[in-house]
Amino acid sequence: MLCCVCKKNEATVHLTQIANDKVQKVDLCESCAKEKGVNDPTGFSLADLLLGLGSGGELAPGLPAGENLACPRCGFTQADFKKTGRLGCAECYVTFKEGLTGLLKSMHKGSRHVGKTPPGVVPTVVTAAAPRTSKAGPAKGAGAKAEPAQPDAAQLVKALQAKLAKAIVAEDFEQAAKLRDEIKGLTVSPTQPASA
Amino acid sequence: MNLHEFLAPAAETARRSGPRDKIVMSSRVRLARNVRNVAFPGWAKKPERVKVFERLRAAVEALPVMAEGFSESMENVSALDKQILVERHLISREHAAKGAGSGLVLSRDASFSVMINEEDHLRMQAIKPGFQFREAWAALDAVDTDLSGKLDYAFSPELGFLTACPTNVGTGIRVSAMLHLPGLVLHEQINPIIQSVNKLGLAVRGLYGEGTEALGNVFQVSNQMTLGESEVMILARLEKVVSQLLEHEENARAVLVEKKPKLLLNQIGRAYGVLANAHSVSSKEAMNLLSLLRLGIDLALFPGVGRELNDELFLLIQPAHLQQSRAEKLTGDERDLLRADLLRERLKSVRRPLDQPPALPPGDTLDIEPKA
Repeated sequence: MLCCVCKKNEATVHLTQIANDKVQKVDLCESCAKEKGVNDPTGFSLADLLLGLGSGGELAPGLPAGENLACPRCGFTQADFKKTGRLGCAECYVTFKEGLTGLLKSMHKGSRHVGKTPPGVVPTVVTAAAPRTSKAGPAKGAGAKAEPAQPDAAQLVKALQAKLAKAIVAEDFEQAAKLRDEIKGLTVSPTQPASA
Repeated sequence: MNLHEFLAPAAETARRSGPRDKIVMSSRVRLARNVRNVAFPGWAKKPERVKVFERLRAAVEALPVMAEGFSESMENVSALDKQILVERHLISREHAAKGAGSGLVLSRDASFSVMINEEDHLRMQAIKPGFQFREAWAALDAVDTDLSGKLDYAFSPELGFLTACPTNVGTGIRVSAMLHLPGLVLHEQINPIIQSVNKLGLAVRGLYGEGTEALGNVFQVSNQMTLGESEVMILARLEKVVSQLLEHEENARAVLVEKKPKLLLNQIGRAYGVLANAHSVSSKEAMNLLSLLRLGIDLALFPGVGRELNDELFLLIQPAHLQQSRAEKLTGDERDLLRADLLRERLKSVRRPLDQPPALPPGDTLDIEPKA
């Protein structure tokens, strides 16, 4: 197995982190492990590692446009992301959507925003950019048609509840649990203004 | 306005108190926000960055909470002042490295600070003494809502607030508490506890954030995930974990008092001895010793001495705060001498610790405040 950071040496350090029932695995060679400070188990988290990347953060391993894909708005490329671990502008989330989906999933609790939607904000539509890749799979599989921009929390909850019912029928309990949490987040949040 | 005149003296900030501040030194909430159609600060060309800085600065300065506040472009802040701001946790170390096109706006009491063009266009924070996550969030939430009416935030219904780093996308929130945990360190329980907190998806860091040491037994606990969980859920999770850490720390202290009183008294007595008598002390050593002095104060080993003396010293012995009192640039060695002078002087009136912790009436806990 090759080191997932330098992709040159044999990986000898294998890390597994379980956070929120999500298993993340990283395989490193000795020198990369040292460089990332992995031998110090206290101050260490995989999210930091995956992101402190420089080299570790493949945006999208099989992305069709690959390295040449550039953000039409700011000119940022995937190679730039590899270098800095930061994106160029808000639009980059649309440009690199396919590659980002997996990365976001690995570092966050969910793949969809739950929480504050400020009043008066005109949403930047990320959804319309590209059709979801099929390998983005189980999480959104149940709701194949992307949710239209829906600032009204009540309606969003309704849509999620419908998805939840479908997921239960399909016995996709992993997805169901996610949806349940999303709904909970939306209904609990007191910061959500009634008329967003 | 001059930053030195603007910032409250360390003696005053050390007197600010909040719930459970024996262990929770402060609670902080920060939000990352960006505006649309402008590249993120790290990628924007300088003219674009300067332009958006001016626009954001005007919007932030106009906030009611920033009335009589402090506002400055980073190019006009001296290296020393930047370091002071870092030592006060008002800007990040990354922001201290910024110049033209980046800036800082502080509220009059410095409980709100907004970094403009740090990693994101806006990094706003509310800081409160003690354990006050909800209060900090409520205050910051209102300010953010206010700003969102004036600025065109980069927001997507699917991914939430869009940030330069994908680790912050979604709510853009980071909730953190600064915890003083000498009991867990002395009782050698800190590492497994940090590991279990990490397993919950929370980060544990040192005094000055990412990649810093836990100097003075001060640890920062914060959330790492920002997408797929609402602000309120994140706050509730942090609150629960911090409450548990508080309990563990209280327990560790109680166990030390009961089972290893000599270890405890030895550590605290030695710390006092060095702090009150040394003629050269590094900031790292001083912070670690002051942590033990603070523990001694908590355990009522220093009758009549309040925590505020300790907390004031903790700030005053930091390199930039020490340098501030002198016109000429001090070397590291000179600072160590000056630091020791300051400590000896301020601890002159503090008598050496009691030979044993005062007996507590049965059923009483260590949570009582030492009488001032």
